[in-house]
Amino acid sequence: MAFALSNQVQLLSKIAAGNGHGEDSPYFDGWKAFESDPYHPTKNPNGVIQMGLAENLLCHELVEDWLMNNPKASICSAEGLNEFKGIAIFQDYHGLPEFRNAVAKFMGKVRGNRITFDPDRIVMSGGATGAHETVAFCLADPGDAFLVPTPYYPGFDRDLRWRTGVQLVPVVCDSSNDFKVTMEALEAAYEKAQESNIRIKGVLITNPSNPLGTFLDRETLKDIVSFINEKNIHLVCDEIYAATVFTKEPSFVSIAEIIDQDIACNRNLIHIVYSLSKDMGFPGFRVGIIYSYNDQVVSCARKMSSFGLVSSQTQHLIATMLSDDQFVEKFIAESAKRIAERHKAFTWGLSQVGIGCLKSNAGLFLWMDLHHLLKEQTYEAEMALWRVIINEVKLNVSPGSSFHCPNPGWFRVCFANMDDRTMEIALSRITSFMLKNVEAKVPNKKKLCWQRSLRLSMSSRRMDDFMASPCMSPQSPLVQART
Amino acid sequence: MGLLSGKATCNTHGQDSSYFLGWQEYEKNPYDEVQNPTGIIQMGLAENQLSFDLLESWLDRNPDAAGFKRDGQSIFRELALFQDYHGLPAFKKALVEFMSEIRGNKVTFDTSKIVLTAGATSANETLMFCLAEPGEAFLLPTPYYPGFDRDLKWRTGVEIVPIQCTSLNGFQITEMALEEAYQLAQKRHLKVKGVLVTNPSNPLGTTMSRNELNLLVNFITEKNIHLISDEIYSGTVFSSPGFVSIMEILKDRNCENTEVWNRVHIVYSLSKDLGLPGFRVGAIYSNDDTVVAAATKMSSFGLVSSQTQYLLSALLSDKKFAQNYISENKKRLKQRHRKLVSGLEKAGISCLKSNAGLFCWVDMRHLLSSNTFEAEMELWKKIVYDVKLNISPGSSCHCTEPGWFRVCFANMSEDTLKLSMQRLKAFVDSITTTLHNQSNHQSIKNSRRRSFTKWVFRLSFDDPMTGER
Repeated sequence: MAFALSNQVQLLSKIAAGNGHGEDSPYFDGWKAFESDPYHPTKNPNGVIQMGLAENLLCHELVEDWLMNNPKASICSAEGLNEFKGIAIFQDYHGLPEFRNAVAKFMGKVRGNRITFDPDRIVMSGGATGAHETVAFCLADPGDAFLVPTPYYPGFDRDLRWRTGVQLVPVVCDSSNDFKVTMEALEAAYEKAQESNIRIKGVLITNPSNPLGTFLDRETLKDIVSFINEKNIHLVCDEIYAATVFTKEPSFVSIAEIIDQDIACNRNLIHIVYSLSKDMGFPGFRVGIIYSYNDQVVSCARKMSSFGLVSSQTQHLIATMLSDDQFVEKFIAESAKRIAERHKAFTWGLSQVGIGCLKSNAGLFLWMDLHHLLKEQTYEAEMALWRVIINEVKLNVSPGSSFHCPNPGWFRVCFANMDDRTMEIALSRITSFMLKNVEAKVPNKKKLCWQRSLRLSMSSRRMDDFMASPCMSPQSPLVQART
Repeated sequence: MGLLSGKATCNTHGQDSSYFLGWQEYEKNPYDEVQNPTGIIQMGLAENQLSFDLLESWLDRNPDAAGFKRDGQSIFRELALFQDYHGLPAFKKALVEFMSEIRGNKVTFDTSKIVLTAGATSANETLMFCLAEPGEAFLLPTPYYPGFDRDLKWRTGVEIVPIQCTSLNGFQITEMALEEAYQLAQKRHLKVKGVLVTNPSNPLGTTMSRNELNLLVNFITEKNIHLISDEIYSGTVFSSPGFVSIMEILKDRNCENTEVWNRVHIVYSLSKDLGLPGFRVGAIYSNDDTVVAAATKMSSFGLVSSQTQYLLSALLSDKKFAQNYISENKKRLKQRHRKLVSGLEKAGISCLKSNAGLFCWVDMRHLLSSNTFEAEMELWKKIVYDVKLNISPGSSCHCTEPGWFRVCFANMSEDTLKLSMQRLKAFVDSITTTLHNQSNHQSIKNSRRRSFTKWVFRLSFDDPMTGER
């Protein structure tokens, strides 16, 4: 039996037989825990609430209304049927022109029309997942590496490395300065890689950041562009959360804007990855986009897109929907508003029990600081706390270690993938848990300098009041929020 | 150091091949009955456009499926969020039952063994990633689909070694050809990981015989390697002998609990049988759990849109519709095939006797000025530019004999097919006279000899799109 097994394993590739898919990571364990005991308001009210999935459910009914009023968007409805055949046979890897035009326009609108995108540079991919892998195949050979600031999305380990043979070298960003990306950290990571004879082909940033929910300021972006130009390496910007920015000040700056204003930059080094999965909440439709300023990359990526084209049925739907300017503008504004509300409600609820989060203005999640609840500042302690959160508090949150966070005790908590009621229940579970454990773990009221961005407060407001009132106003005199 | 990867700067994507260049010429001057009646007729695209009316009328009667509704209720949210790489259960069930129906229900498929991918393009690449290391090889019978050069080799680093099949026996696979291919791989220091066949064959349009299938099973058993059977055209078998799936052979030989059972994998897609290439619906079916597990994870790079999965699950679950579609589609393919064959006959051209596919493997050897690939290219250029028909030259399919062409018949109206045959007859009439009067020499435009052992016959058109040579 053992012989047969090892014989069989040799028959497969190392990629297939190994665990480069990264699914043994705790990031996915939480999902598995959720799947075996998922929360349901009536069928399983004590189940695990999913807070480990960065999905955007806040504006689906806007889309549903639009669909009802626009039956032509579906090629299979009575109104759209005459287009069915043409769309069904359309497998051109350039994509439907109307699809590319609509996506380019949408990307511009999301960035406040401060920049326009060229539809001819838009290349389709199987979600951002497919986009990242394709970009890696285009820019790097097996053994080459990309620099990635920590903490970063766990899926990158699979998407950029698994089948490509490319490596990821972390740029260590830690809690001492709110995880900001510094030139020192970039240079240090680059030097270290050189010393180990690792060839760096580029830098990968996610802006706005997953899991931080913050975005890079203009100066930092310009510094990064100078860095990559000086080293003649690529910059891949994953802007998948661009429309989840919910503040006007400071304003989100896309790499496209930096390039537009910086004539000295070698555009052949700049590439954007995008998707509709987060901004519109359509992960099931697999709409990934590669936008490169390098003609050769556009050409190569387009050929590779054959391995993950967007279904023409979906292209048609998206083209119709995103061409409706009125709808798009309303959607973008309303979505930002709802994310802001949810964000505020959740951070306030956490602050009531002494839990702080990194100050953020984008994303579908919070970067929650629970290091003060750890028995010791180690990843083992973080994992122990995480198991408690899953098994006792019954919430699936993502442990910072799965994001390669250099400081133990941080967790990513998603808030946009549930309704208001479920959010309240999640908060109440956290509250109950904290109350039970509060004596041992009350944070030190003395403000340490690294806490200046964390909102910590010990409100005296009673739990019943909190539970009874659906509206949690930060203006309440009972709240002592610190920014 | 190079700014881009080796993959970005090489041309293993195969798009310099004449197969794709013919498409480009067509796109510059496409035939249209009204707007461009002297344009190039596309006969190089294996699409099935014969049965759309059946799909359209089903859609008309079933508005829910396309409207993100189930029983009148909106399920938009559910679908928009569904990104589980295990696929929509209802769709997988409908798909495996459809596959079974196509095989006359002689075999059944298990939903736990099917992996959904973005088209067969993605399925084939994914299987390479699962079964072979860079530098290892798969054996493929020639002639084969030109896209395999990209799908199997480009990003995977896997090599293709041809199993030479010839017109002497209707291009069937022989034991000797299999052995020779294996030996050739050994000589090239390539480890052979398996054999990949397309059944029914593209470009031949024939189903593999039981004898060939048994030979393959013997061969892979002896060599302890894999077999991939790309059955993308399984629903296009329109006359006898019927389609025999590799799974049927394994069942007949009681292979269920043997090692070889785990080494046979099927690739499928709805692009040809249902004529829906735009929807990107492909599948891998494997009895090997590790392959299924790995391929499922890899499918993250090319999942099928949930919108499409839902629509097709409704369509294919309608058993009455599915059965009727399969039989009506075959009838129409048979009729259309007959029209092409008789049109060719009138032009004095024969083709390989075939019972499947969306094309014929046409014998134009007698029209070559010499028995060379240069002559084949010359003839092809004349047919594309002068006769205005885009057909695919055999060399682009790695055929070892010059003079064969793949001609598609299911992607146009009957009138257009008639016109194409008229053009062809006129052309043949004109050159037959010329050929009789001329001697056998033709000046070869390119003075460098092209080697027959190259696996891909590349035409170096100066293509500004690719920007590279």
